[in-house]
Amino acid sequence: MYQAISPYVPVLILILLAVLFGVVTLLIAWLVRPNAPYSEKLSPYECGVEPLQPGKLRMSIRFFVIVLLFLLFDVEAVFMYPWAVMYKPLGWWGFIEMALFVIILFVGYIYAWLKGALEWE
Amino acid sequence: MSYTEIFFYIFAVLSILFALLTVTRRNAVHAAICLLLTFFFIACNYVLLEAEFLAAVQVLVYAGGVVGLMLYVIMLVRKDEADEVRQSLGQRVIAVFIAILFVLEIAFISLLAYYGNYSGFLSSKMAQIGGNTESIGAVLYTYFLLPFEVVSVLLLAALVGAVVLAKNRIER
Amino acid sequence: MLETVILTIAKIIIFFAVLMFFVAYGTYAERKVAGGIQDRIGPLHCGPFGLLQPLADGLKLFFKEDITVAKSDKPTYYIAPILAVVPAILVIAVIPVDENIMITDLNIALLYFLAVSSLSVYAIMLGGWAGNSKYPLLGGLRSASQFISYELVLGLSIVCVAMLVGSFSLRDVVLYQKDMWMVFKQPIAFICYMIAAIAELNRAPFDLPEAESELVGGYHTEYSSMKFAMFFLGEYANMVVSSAIATCLFLGGWYAPFSILPFIPGFIWFLIKTFLIFFFMLWIRWTYPRVRFDQLMGMSWKVLMPVVLLNILVTGFIVTFGR
Repeated sequence: MYQAISPYVPVLILILLAVLFGVVTLLIAWLVRPNAPYSEKLSPYECGVEPLQPGKLRMSIRFFVIVLLFLLFDVEAVFMYPWAVMYKPLGWWGFIEMALFVIILFVGYIYAWLKGALEWE
Repeated sequence: MSYTEIFFYIFAVLSILFALLTVTRRNAVHAAICLLLTFFFIACNYVLLEAEFLAAVQVLVYAGGVVGLMLYVIMLVRKDEADEVRQSLGQRVIAVFIAILFVLEIAFISLLAYYGNYSGFLSSKMAQIGGNTESIGAVLYTYFLLPFEVVSVLLLAALVGAVVLAKNRIER
Repeated sequence: MLETVILTIAKIIIFFAVLMFFVAYGTYAERKVAGGIQDRIGPLHCGPFGLLQPLADGLKLFFKEDITVAKSDKPTYYIAPILAVVPAILVIAVIPVDENIMITDLNIALLYFLAVSSLSVYAIMLGGWAGNSKYPLLGGLRSASQFISYELVLGLSIVCVAMLVGSFSLRDVVLYQKDMWMVFKQPIAFICYMIAAIAELNRAPFDLPEAESELVGGYHTEYSSMKFAMFFLGEYANMVVSSAIATCLFLGGWYAPFSILPFIPGFIWFLIKTFLIFFFMLWIRWTYPRVRFDQLMGMSWKVLMPVVLLNILVTGFIVTFGR
């Protein structure tokens, strides 16, 4: 049994309150607002013209490449977090380890750059 | 039951519920939202295990990154096309096989944690330092140095793979 | 036990009220600053100096008709606005306003901030997708790509700070800056953080997703009434919390500048600094023209990423070998 509560209990309470705030606000708005739809009003916005094609378009593959690169570098950053807080105790050995880690990934970064994965033309 | 146990069962039930919803939704975007919530409740359980760093990484990489990747893929495919595509039965056999493999792996690791002396070694090391992130840092960059550097090579391979994959698409 | 919980809820409500006050008057400040910079007057008619304008805007949005586009995906359409505002509110849990005034002192506070704010990308993507309309989808994809690109820079600039402090607790980070603010030790990380923070919020000069001339209004084009207001609320709340985090990380949190005027309580200093960074964001928005999308992505991947990685290595080198 806990006497003092865990520091994560306030976080849990805050999550519940934040979601509650969102839901209640939308609910109040739903209660007080007018509602008079007709089919033109409900059509997707296209500068006042009749919608030309179905709403979902095909997108450029570049967006997908960016997310892939993001994920990889995100994992790299995740490895840096515990290293950063332990940096001083680890000393110069820690520095060399991370320098090696970053240099290996930097090779991949330069490869991606040279191959044009970072370009948007 | 202690409060920890009560919260564990709440989070466990919710994560299993949303995992089930993930695999049963027909709409891919709804499935992705359910997966997001599954990851979130798993992170909650990590917090209960006092693995705060792991919880943060779970939200940061899985909920923040991997689900985003899936949503991108869903949005890259046109909706009417996505509705027509149905998974072939051939994948179902492989899926069951992989699921069994995962269950075996989890059982193996649990047994190892009970009977092996890994857990004792690590927890004694971690108890000296205190914070969760700090203890991971202390162990990862000293005892598990080689796996850590191998990870960078793995990431490099993934990076090159991603670039090559996309490069072919763009040139075609 | 129960008393602690009640106390916590009271604390949360006070923090939340302060945040909402900042958000409401953030919109007022934006319009007044914009007016000043463009040689106009700005809101004037609601109350003295137009001070009741945010209230009037809020009420107006409550009573507006809500249009749900035909063929939109209803659950997603309703979840996205809530997701827009929740992550911003969650961040206030870890912000230390004074040495002992905070909701909770997590030892992974900075990771918590990163993790929670990474979730706001879903509001953008789902909001863009749910409307079953082209412009929001395009805006959403662009916005999300921009968000994730700059999130990396944000995370790495935080690593620079954490290396010096040796902790992810925001309280420790501020305590470390008692004698010298972090901005003097890590100026490059500060600049990278500010650029990334503004770009993550999709604000001008990085407001490509909302580029009116090409994409109409970005990912929330199909939203109206209170759902639109939630996106708006989320944007301003995110501005406030990222200003507050920047204050903690780089501007010495609750410490008075150069130890002057020690009788002014710390939280006043904290709020002043937060407001100054907030004002800086407004100032930038109304001063610089919008950049192109390729420039925007190039800036993050080709300039800020290598700069911030180099900054980490140089910091490491100086800390280890400079003693």
